[in-house]
Amino acid sequence: MKIVVCIKQVPDTKGGVKFNPDGTLDRAAMMTIMNPDDKAGLEAALRLKDQYGAEVTVLTMGLPKAEDVLREALAMGADKGILVTDRVLGGADTWATSQTLAGALRNLDYDLIITGRQAIDGDTAQVGPQISEHLNIPVISYAQKIEIDGDSVIVERQFDDRYHVLKAKMPCLITALAELNEPRYMTPGGIFDACKAEITTWGRADLKDVEDSNLGLKGSPTQIAKASDKVRKGTGEKVALDPAESVDYIVGKLKEKHII
Amino acid sequence: MNLEEYKGVYVFAQQVDNVINSIAFELIGKGKDLAEALGTTVTAVLVGSNVKDLADELAEYGADKVILVDDPELKEYRTEPYAHALASVIEKYKPEIFLVGATAIGRDLGPRVSARVHTGLTADCTQLEIGDFPINPIPGKEQKHNQLLMTRPAFGGNTIATIACPDFRPQMATVRPGVMQKREKVAGAKADVEEFNPGFTPDHKYVEILKVVKAVTDTVDIMDAKILVSGGRGVGSAENFKLLDDLAEVLGGTVSCSRAVVDAGWKSKDLQVGQTGKTVRPNLYFAIGISGAIQHLAGMEESDVIIAINKDETAPIFDVADYGIVGDLNKILPALTEKLKAEMAAK
Repeated sequence: MKIVVCIKQVPDTKGGVKFNPDGTLDRAAMMTIMNPDDKAGLEAALRLKDQYGAEVTVLTMGLPKAEDVLREALAMGADKGILVTDRVLGGADTWATSQTLAGALRNLDYDLIITGRQAIDGDTAQVGPQISEHLNIPVISYAQKIEIDGDSVIVERQFDDRYHVLKAKMPCLITALAELNEPRYMTPGGIFDACKAEITTWGRADLKDVEDSNLGLKGSPTQIAKASDKVRKGTGEKVALDPAESVDYIVGKLKEKHII
Repeated sequence: MNLEEYKGVYVFAQQVDNVINSIAFELIGKGKDLAEALGTTVTAVLVGSNVKDLADELAEYGADKVILVDDPELKEYRTEPYAHALASVIEKYKPEIFLVGATAIGRDLGPRVSARVHTGLTADCTQLEIGDFPINPIPGKEQKHNQLLMTRPAFGGNTIATIACPDFRPQMATVRPGVMQKREKVAGAKADVEEFNPGFTPDHKYVEILKVVKAVTDTVDIMDAKILVSGGRGVGSAENFKLLDDLAEVLGGTVSCSRAVVDAGWKSKDLQVGQTGKTVRPNLYFAIGISGAIQHLAGMEESDVIIAINKDETAPIFDVADYGIVGDLNKILPALTEKLKAEMAAK
């Protein structure tokens, strides 16, 4: 079985976000990590590899430094890493990103493509389903459990108040939730090998069956009208009183606001 | 693509088990604002099996027209037949705006549809308006009028971006549930109902549903609650949520929680407020022992009145609270519940 996992290098928003003086995100000043949902997708692929035997390829699109997340994936147990990087691909929205990744995937053999549900920088959850549309294969998003059954995959798919158990013929694309599993750590031997491993780098010319008009900023249907730091509503009152006074204070406010 | 051919505001009227999701009414409500600004109408697209009876309810919340796609293949939600339904509606009716709820279904369906019809899709919008793009004129660039400006949080709620889709139609957005306002229900209102079936022939993209497992829950949906008593890690234990239950009961409210509480296994995921949980905007939100991570704030800061109780005076929750009390929830809550009981009894 051949599995391709699409992963993304993202700024770690946990430690707060830093901005340039002009209000844009200062990506250079922030730590980067492998996107958590993608890491769960990679772990799911590695477990399928452990259980059924599989070749796991990790694919990313980004700046040259995105090579770091591919090496991390190799150190966890992935077999091959492919970096798609080219200036003409920059500024892509989800349409152009999914076109780019689909163009790369057309060069590869796969039974299963796994992506994270969403990246913590954009939170769109669009690229996985869009890739499946471009490749004309079924998609099962929000996977919380994945099993292989012959030439099919059986997936528990999470909804708000229920889940579906779905069966799809491979090739198929699955988007993974961070809740799917607890990703394994890199092993010392894995890190050693990953440092020396050959990473395949592809540019625009290596993408198959994609028109220029669907790539990069120019190929992006959505455009940013404005971006700003979030304006929060002003701080209200803050008091430190003893418990009895606190209670009177709260009850007073509830009356003032006609809630009681 | 001739953009001028595309007219009207369309919304996906999500239903599950033949019950319309509240997001459909919210989208119609917002759709009416947009349609008024554009001088056009709102059409709800109702997709399912034996769902014709639901059309009137959409009209009562303001839909001018309902397009009904009814087919046995559409009984349970599956990506492919639903994507085919919506893409076919878009190809036939050519709407200028198409809104979908940012639910677990909508966030799966929206990207597949937008990719099929080749247009842009803006995810999880919290604000929609009609305006110019670019917002301010730029020399040498055409400023287009009557564009849908879609505003959404990004980077875990740290930034906010306004997006346009000037050269493709429809302009598509998924909209965060609980943010847009429904219109007053007008009992007895009727819409034009037009049936449309593009034909559903199962192919390799139709997945097979082996089983549907519903979570058993008797709790009120926290998105519908007028008063929420929400607890965080500071509550200390699952047992200690009793203090919140008691307060909620006397106020006629519902208990919700932060992500830390779900991660600790004290409460179930359907009660979680925040970026990866639900967005709520009750009349009153009690934040008890919640520090106020940015992802949590994104899910509750639109509440009318926010009262925070936290022993850490530097907790970020105080930045959004209307009334903040620095103190020990274990002492304040029982006394507050007793006092409120007395107040209610005196009425």
